Amino acid sequence: MATREVGRVGLPLMNIVRMKGVPILQQLEMEECLLRTSSDNWCIINDGTDSPTIVMGISGKPAELVEISPVLEDKIPVIRRFTGGGTVIVDHGTIFVSFICNKDAVADVQPYPRPIMSWSSLLYRKVFQGIADFRLRENDYVFGHRKFGGNAQSITKSRWIHHTSFLWDYETRNMSYLKLPKRAPEYRLARDHLDFICPMKDHLSRSDFINKTIDAASSHFSVSSTIKPPSNLKFTPNSRLLTEQELEAAAMKSFQ
Amino acid sequence: MAMASRLWASKAASYLKISTFNRAFASVVKDLKYADSHEWAKIDGNSATIGITDHAQDHLGDVVYVELPEVGAAVTQGSSFGAVESVKATSDINSPVSGKVVEVNQELGSSPGLVNGSPYEDGWIMKVELSNADEVKSLMDSDQYSKFCEEEDSH
Repeated sequence: MATREVGRVGLPLMNIVRMKGVPILQQLEMEECLLRTSSDNWCIINDGTDSPTIVMGISGKPAELVEISPVLEDKIPVIRRFTGGGTVIVDHGTIFVSFICNKDAVADVQPYPRPIMSWSSLLYRKVFQGIADFRLRENDYVFGHRKFGGNAQSITKSRWIHHTSFLWDYETRNMSYLKLPKRAPEYRLARDHLDFICPMKDHLSRSDFINKTIDAASSHFSVSSTIKPPSNLKFTPNSRLLTEQELEAAAMKSFQ
Repeated sequence: MAMASRLWASKAASYLKISTFNRAFASVVKDLKYADSHEWAKIDGNSATIGITDHAQDHLGDVVYVELPEVGAAVTQGSSFGAVESVKATSDINSPVSGKVVEVNQELGSSPGLVNGSPYEDGWIMKVELSNADEVKSLMDSDQYSKFCEEEDSH
């Protein structure tokens, strides 16, 4: 069993990394490296990413999830990430928050998808208390019946990551790059993207959201800000950019 | 039906601030050996068939994808060799034994749900040629594993 480092009032330590405009692939590589090679707890916050990018889950099939022709024409990058879950298109309006934890640091949460998801929803409920009708609905964060935050996880023997892409704002035209997924939550009721999602910006500012999230985390952890997490040059991440050839081949295969 | 019950439980748990509950007693199979990371091994001479337990599949939820190892790859006791995707998560699968992968269950490519529906039989994941048969002694038998699961779920 890993030794549990404790700080203020016996709470486990957590390093907060605040970034702005970091490319999403770089963020994903950092997160997977920390999950697999660090023994500390981390909260990574990236306030917007530099350019519109499509990010699929580990088993995502581009032909089923993405409109490949316009994506190729407009040169939108498509990434397959190391965590599970669905497909998002992220840009400067997306705020990313990721918790990377030793399972022993959150000992009352079993290291399985649903307990971790429940734990995260209790944390974010504090963030939105008195501000909006926040709920965890199936595996999404919603205001009412509209999704504003998508979640994904990766769970190892002794650690886990729960990361979220929050739609603080988005470009409606970007949603047209995504197909309606075959696997969708029941509450979606076959709504297309623009009827299904909503932006967070109507409820609170970017800085308020980030500060309130750090405050909520501090009720579970003894938080301290870190400028840059360590990197491990020996680690090979699994998240990667799909090549044009792969996308073209996927499109060809779907016509057969 | 089971899925609807799990969804309700998850929602209720999140409002009531309690840990999501699961079935009281997951099934175990006598004569299999078990790891504390919830994989099973069926030992047959110098070979082992490996899968995840009923406890694991129940806690993970509906499996939608299995990342299989390559045939010929080396596996090490206690280390990750693949992953399953369920809900929104990828979860490592760890090998209960060390050796070389000699076969993988190709059926899981088109039918990942076999891991849920038949975790000890049709949902097997890989077959391994053992490099150290003594390692099997460190695994739990079915009674020990049942107690281990009860203790884990009671926390």
